[in-house]
Amino acid sequence: MTLFIVRRFVQTAVVLLIVTLLVFMIMRSMPGDPVVMFLGPDASQEQIDHYTAVFGLDQPLAVQYMKWLGNIATGEFGKSIVYRQDIGPFILERLKVTLTIAIPAFLISVVAGVLLGVTAAVRRGRLLDSLITVMANLGMATPIFWLSILCVYIFSLKLGWLPVQGFTWPTENFSLAIQKMIMPVLLLSLGPLASYARQARSAMLEVIRQDYIRTGRSKGLGERTIIFKHALRNALIPIITLMGLQLGHLIGGSVLIEQVFVIPGMGNMLITAILNKDYQLVQTGVFVIAASVSLCNLLVDIAYGYVDPRIRIS
Amino acid sequence: MQIEAKPIHNAAAPEEAAFSPPETKAYVRFWRTLLARKIVVAGLAVLVLAVLAAIFAPLLAPYDPVAQNLSNSLQPPSSEHWLGTDKLGRDVLSRVIYGARVSLAVGFVSVAIAGSIGMLLGLIAGYAGGWIESVVMRCMDVMMSIPLIILALFIGSVLGKGLGNVMLAIGIGMIPTYARLTRGQVKSIKQLDYVTAGTLGGASKLKNAFVHILPNCISPNIVLMTMNLGSAILIEAALSFLGLGINPPMASWGAMVSDGYNHLRTLPLLSIAPGVVIMIVVLAFNIVGDALRDTLDPRLRGSL
Repeated sequence: MTLFIVRRFVQTAVVLLIVTLLVFMIMRSMPGDPVVMFLGPDASQEQIDHYTAVFGLDQPLAVQYMKWLGNIATGEFGKSIVYRQDIGPFILERLKVTLTIAIPAFLISVVAGVLLGVTAAVRRGRLLDSLITVMANLGMATPIFWLSILCVYIFSLKLGWLPVQGFTWPTENFSLAIQKMIMPVLLLSLGPLASYARQARSAMLEVIRQDYIRTGRSKGLGERTIIFKHALRNALIPIITLMGLQLGHLIGGSVLIEQVFVIPGMGNMLITAILNKDYQLVQTGVFVIAASVSLCNLLVDIAYGYVDPRIRIS
Repeated sequence: MQIEAKPIHNAAAPEEAAFSPPETKAYVRFWRTLLARKIVVAGLAVLVLAVLAAIFAPLLAPYDPVAQNLSNSLQPPSSEHWLGTDKLGRDVLSRVIYGARVSLAVGFVSVAIAGSIGMLLGLIAGYAGGWIESVVMRCMDVMMSIPLIILALFIGSVLGKGLGNVMLAIGIGMIPTYARLTRGQVKSIKQLDYVTAGTLGGASKLKNAFVHILPNCISPNIVLMTMNLGSAILIEAALSFLGLGINPPMASWGAMVSDGYNHLRTLPLLSIAPGVVIMIVVLAFNIVGDALRDTLDPRLRGSL
């Protein structure tokens, strides 16, 4: 097990190193000069040269890359060209906002998705099963930004129940924060929720057929014990795999949700940074996202290795 | 038609059938299984309609999708403009019909890019093994560690806006899934007896890979492609919604939803209509993809 964990750690480190190289190379092949964008069209050549030196963009690419790697190691990322702030603390602040929305969405999607999937499997072929399956299929096909707009129209503009947009920290004004978070969190959880429901249903159907479930029934175990204690535990394995994948979807979805609800999170920041060619901010932002996804996948794999010993060997 | 009648005869004479199994051709059996459920027929019908709408858009659309008429802007639905007009006075229905061209083109082309490059990389990695496999698969891991929409945004920001670049960005972003799937397939097929027989019979490595192994990896890849068509359309819509997709004034469903957002109070239909169309088309692709998976390989059920 220790060997397995060490090996996966090394793999993740290698992947992250390649991420930095790839992100750096792609960023530098982007058309347009960020300093010109920063200073505006009226800037003199002197000003451009001065700021190019300030942002370190006059150095050879290899030096810039090595410097950036050093920055990642020390946590000192330099200044953002667009936001004119230190990138490290700035990204951390944005990440906190995104996580405040994404973590509740993640929990809701897993719990509700698995419960709905299990319910559908247990009631296979009944009305409830069809209803859940149809809803899950719809959930996967709906563009999240469109549904968000529709919800804003219904719940904010027509009914006036919830604020149209914005973000407030729960520590500042709890009830306002919750009101503002309801729609973004639920909408963000929807896509992953639909995936979990589908996966849980098919995994559960697979498990229910097994002999040991019949053994459980024939020795007189209650239906609830059979489903939740014996069947679900095995059905969870493919769902854990899905969690790693869905994490990426959740972060991707938050880009759109943050745009619709004007939430100052990572996604919102990335779009602004990309539109303004803020090299440092984009490459650091993408790296932070890739690193979080990779680390979560690493955790999922380790959890997986504990649950299913076969994984450790392969 | 002739062949379809066969099983009925067989059902009428079960004893005979026991001795000579019905000689239904593979493709007939395939279509019959695929179309057994009404929902799949409906899904296919939607897709056929969407493709027809895309091809015959100039004939179907009542107006030019980019023709502006500022004196007639933001009109509610009427007998002249069934879905109303947008802020530049363009007919929304015509733009929805033309939007099918963009969405379907992006879907098919990006999935074709992802499928062909991904399968090739997977074949190389799985067949060669060793360090080549490690390098290819680590690169795929890297791409997978970045969420697809962010990867597409990122690639798209380097390539610039526009239809071709959106297709390329989404296509590149989707490569890893195909590479992983194909590599897994290749690794298991490589060990089968008939490949060994091919090697013993003097087949070159290249022939083995392309003639003996690759064709057997195609069916799960086709299933994955069908399922990814819907995702590709959703991502194009999202990129266009964010203003990083195709260039205006070309009609894209995602961009239409975004344009309509500014007039949500007065004319919600501007946003709602294109969104409903995206949902129906993506749903149809997902349903057909699922059905295709179950038909081609029941063992894959739930695994893709």
